[in-house]
Amino acid sequence: MNYISVIKKILDKLDEHKSLLNDLDQAIGDGDHGTNMVRGFQAVVDDEQNLKDLEPSVLFKKIALILMSKIGGSSGPLIGTFFINLGKTWTGLSQTEIAHAFHAGAMSLQQFGKAELGEKTMVDALNPAVDALSNNVNLPMKAFFEQGYLAAKIGAINTKEMVAKKGRASYLGPRSVGHVDPGAQSIAFIFEALYEVV
Amino acid sequence: MKKFINKIDDIVTEVIEGLVLANPEILSNIPDSKVITRKSINKNKVALISGGGSGHEPAHAGFVGTGMLDAAVFGEIFTSPGPDRIYDAIKTVVGKPGGLILVKNYTGDVMNFEIAADMAKDEGINLETVIINDDIALENSTSTTGKRGIIGTIFVHKIAGAAAEAGLNLQEVKRIAQKAIDNIASFGVSLSGCTVPASGKPGLIVPDGEMEVGLGIHGEPGLHREKQKTADESAEIIMQHIDQYLNLKKGDEVGLIVNGLGGTPMMELNILARKAIKILQAKEIKIIKSFVGNYMTAIDMVGFSFSVIKLDAELKKFLKAKVVTTAMVGME
Repeated sequence: MNYISVIKKILDKLDEHKSLLNDLDQAIGDGDHGTNMVRGFQAVVDDEQNLKDLEPSVLFKKIALILMSKIGGSSGPLIGTFFINLGKTWTGLSQTEIAHAFHAGAMSLQQFGKAELGEKTMVDALNPAVDALSNNVNLPMKAFFEQGYLAAKIGAINTKEMVAKKGRASYLGPRSVGHVDPGAQSIAFIFEALYEVV
Repeated sequence: MKKFINKIDDIVTEVIEGLVLANPEILSNIPDSKVITRKSINKNKVALISGGGSGHEPAHAGFVGTGMLDAAVFGEIFTSPGPDRIYDAIKTVVGKPGGLILVKNYTGDVMNFEIAADMAKDEGINLETVIINDDIALENSTSTTGKRGIIGTIFVHKIAGAAAEAGLNLQEVKRIAQKAIDNIASFGVSLSGCTVPASGKPGLIVPDGEMEVGLGIHGEPGLHREKQKTADESAEIIMQHIDQYLNLKKGDEVGLIVNGLGGTPMMELNILARKAIKILQAKEIKIIKSFVGNYMTAIDMVGFSFSVIKLDAELKKFLKAKVVTTAMVGME
């Protein structure tokens, strides 16, 4: 399994939608979420030579550190935490094993960010997506990831009507309603890339 | 967007280079990291580390020097630095007496500084953290991230910096920093948003004749929008909020910052300072020290904020203590 090619696919997807992510962020933040995410994943791809032969547990930790360092903000540590715990719980490539590791990653992100469902954050796309994976381990691989992608996409859309309660957008209070959360949208793009690449 | 920049990706690196080249007697930088430190590092005192997203110049590097910070960590524009840079700063400036990390209350800053501090603590480095949350436009509530850290941060840097310079131990410096935080109220208004270079357009459009009240330092919208007021009327509105929060009484002693957000000329800041000081004087409140200028900006935002700190004898002594940085010099 070439994990870096998966990261490349995620990078392409985020890069393709960079302006959209920046625009979503502009509505409730400062307008650079897409730029930050692309900078992070680009740095991982740029380090391919040093990463390509590593074991998953080591690889995911290295990826996490690069993402934390290069994305910065709150997205960097959150996505970094996800990857660290993905690495810690990664046992193999069956649907059950993948679902288990993704679930562990998502729980660690939620715990670290202290966010609950419904607070207009990444969690609102990520948790439904990993739940969909866990509930569909019997499907073939492509359909399994399709369920994750669809759940993330719907989760992101649902953030539009939420009032932000975490992060910089929370300062807007009710004025944050009406815009999809850029972090949730990024998660949806990441799951879309995973679905397309498997 | 019309700006004097070279490449958007190079902005932060070139800001750091420029600052160090222009102030070689005060500043130095850590090679290959986005951190500015004092020229001569003194590891025999408590070290003070702060930082955050770029775009708030002169904060935070402008306050690195004798009597204030030991290191300032740069993130990308309005984006918290990753933990690796913060860790570099800690490793470079913190000695045996330990270090105090001063974080503005933003989700990303709190997380990244926490990760970096944990990494350093694992190696036996003695660290404490305070979270600065002086923006009284926002309540401390469970439905938001809580009050933001804005311009009042400079008071905390100044006072904690002087305490550290005086040789106090880590717990004492932390106690004094927290006491400062508990006695600061800040409030801002703006007439425009600001243009983050990566997005190329203003994040907030404030129509002619209107002003945004109660906003932070990233061009994010404020509490509400109202009809634009004169300088005196604006100063009155803000002072009223601050007075109410700090419950100022006749005979109280305070420090005052009249801070420009990047796009407001000094001329206008002085007009605002004039009114702010007159309002305080009318209440027979004694201004121990006032600062008027650009201390914590939001790139090119047209706007300003007032920040007032209520002083006791200890805070007053450290506010007045000697300081040598690029953005604040002199005193005593």
